[in-house]
Amino acid sequence: MTFLAVIEPGAGVTVQDQGRPHVQHLGVPVSGALDPVALRLANALVGNAASVAALEVRLVGPTLEVAAPSVRLALAGTRTPLDIPGAGPVPAHRSIRLVQGQRVRLGAITDGGSALLAVDGGFDLPRAYGSHATYVRGGIGGLQGRTLRAGDRLPLCTGASAVRGEVQLHSDSYLDASGPVRIVAGPQQDHFTRQSLERLLTQPYRISNDADRMGMRLDGPVLDHRAGHDIVSDGIVTGAIQVPGNGRPIILLADHQTTGGYPKIATVISADVPRLGRLRPGDQIRFTAVTVAEAEAARAGLEATVERNIASLTPAGAWLDRTALYRENLISGVT
Amino acid sequence: MVTRAPDDSISPVFLPAGDTALVVQYGDTVDSAINRQVRGLSAALETRGLPGVVDLVPTLRSLMIHYDPLRISQADLVRLVAPLASRSHDVAGASRHWRIPVCYEDEHAPDLPLVARLTGLSPAEVVRCHTACELEVFMMGFLPGFPYLGLLSERFDLPRRKDPRIRVPPGSISVAARQTTVYTIASPGGWHLIGRTPVRFHDPDRNPPILVRTGDRIRFEAVSAREYRSLVEDAVSDWLPFMDGP
Repeated sequence: MTFLAVIEPGAGVTVQDQGRPHVQHLGVPVSGALDPVALRLANALVGNAASVAALEVRLVGPTLEVAAPSVRLALAGTRTPLDIPGAGPVPAHRSIRLVQGQRVRLGAITDGGSALLAVDGGFDLPRAYGSHATYVRGGIGGLQGRTLRAGDRLPLCTGASAVRGEVQLHSDSYLDASGPVRIVAGPQQDHFTRQSLERLLTQPYRISNDADRMGMRLDGPVLDHRAGHDIVSDGIVTGAIQVPGNGRPIILLADHQTTGGYPKIATVISADVPRLGRLRPGDQIRFTAVTVAEAEAARAGLEATVERNIASLTPAGAWLDRTALYRENLISGVT
Repeated sequence: MVTRAPDDSISPVFLPAGDTALVVQYGDTVDSAINRQVRGLSAALETRGLPGVVDLVPTLRSLMIHYDPLRISQADLVRLVAPLASRSHDVAGASRHWRIPVCYEDEHAPDLPLVARLTGLSPAEVVRCHTACELEVFMMGFLPGFPYLGLLSERFDLPRRKDPRIRVPPGSISVAARQTTVYTIASPGGWHLIGRTPVRFHDPDRNPPILVRTGDRIRFEAVSAREYRSLVEDAVSDWLPFMDGP
């Protein structure tokens, strides 16, 4: 068996793909990568289809050892570099090929909420409802439905990655997307006072420490219900902003429950959901309202941008293997 | 599914849930006729097959249509759904029947005294009401395999807790809003806990992991704390003993 050996598990590392959106009627959350754009880019860099599963790192990355003749990897969703012990750092958004026995380490992700580490061919793991996405609370998907542990083996679908020119993303400016997060009002905006929607659209909020793959509670002006905070439970979509009795909004993310009884004042548009995956506690967030038609145009625009980025991957310069350079006595004194 | 004449029409409201889901809503009350309309519409749309639709999630009074905005616009989706949604629907067909043991005693029923007080019944009467008749699964949601069952009598039109519990243990049976539910995995929860079942409504190691589905019928049966313990020790992953007819 060829696999990646988990030497250090990191923290909050799970296997994620595009999720299982088709079994919400059984109460099963969608799950999948918090940043689906980063997942697609990481997969594209190693030559995978968009649907292949990768490792999602939310806090601290793992240390992995290659137990296969070779494997190609790429990291996206962050600017934190990978570290190849004994060789040096490798920037995100480029592919690298490691050989048997080499280790790769990813430290703390300090510039965003999540990062995706893709491997050529993906992981040879069982699917739950057609997906590899890990849903930890329900114990399904990924590696035994849980986060990585030291000593785990991540079986690889591809035993060896052929030598080829490595590639890099032309620009990682997608990580700099700024400006207000776009929302469509509703489905239950009429459960709130008019001033509340105005507050949501004009006042800054902050991501609280109460944030996980299920949702992020926001600190900021309280939103007032017009009459009661209970509704007859109805469906929930990723990006929904629900407001429980205490008036503090929660943005629901990939592992959100499929239905719920709190009113949803607004819904983050699908083009901006990947940005939510990049937010971390303490980050500021502002909102602006758009129509459904504008949301659809924004989503089409995002797809076109991602496809353009993937179509224009450029050859990556030789990865600077400093050990080799020292050995060859080509450079000296570089720190 | 029975589709009545179009003149027997009802008017749903279409609400956007962002650009990837559409809510078809029939009022805002808990009513089994409305729920049957919702489930009937869901079945009709499934039979018809709409482009770009990813999943249909029927709830008590609304249908959430999850769709891929790159394949269909919300305006086009509304145009396709509206004629069917304003027609009257009902559900028909086979439902499965279950008999589910529940312990309504002591630590398994922390909110039973409160529910008794709120309903004006004795704890024993609350248990009698809960086990009196077969209940129907109106919808699935909240957690994997988590059924919403009803309807209980109007006495059980209880509000949720103001302070949701941080952790409700799996198997907990709860009531609120004339409905009853089964917590399938450990989770925060805001409903009142009146009992606990040893039957696993969600078991990731079982195939399929999920026990019941929308339209199934469940009758709860009171068991003693001792019987509960012995069923837990038997690790009842197998669900066949609790199925009561197809």
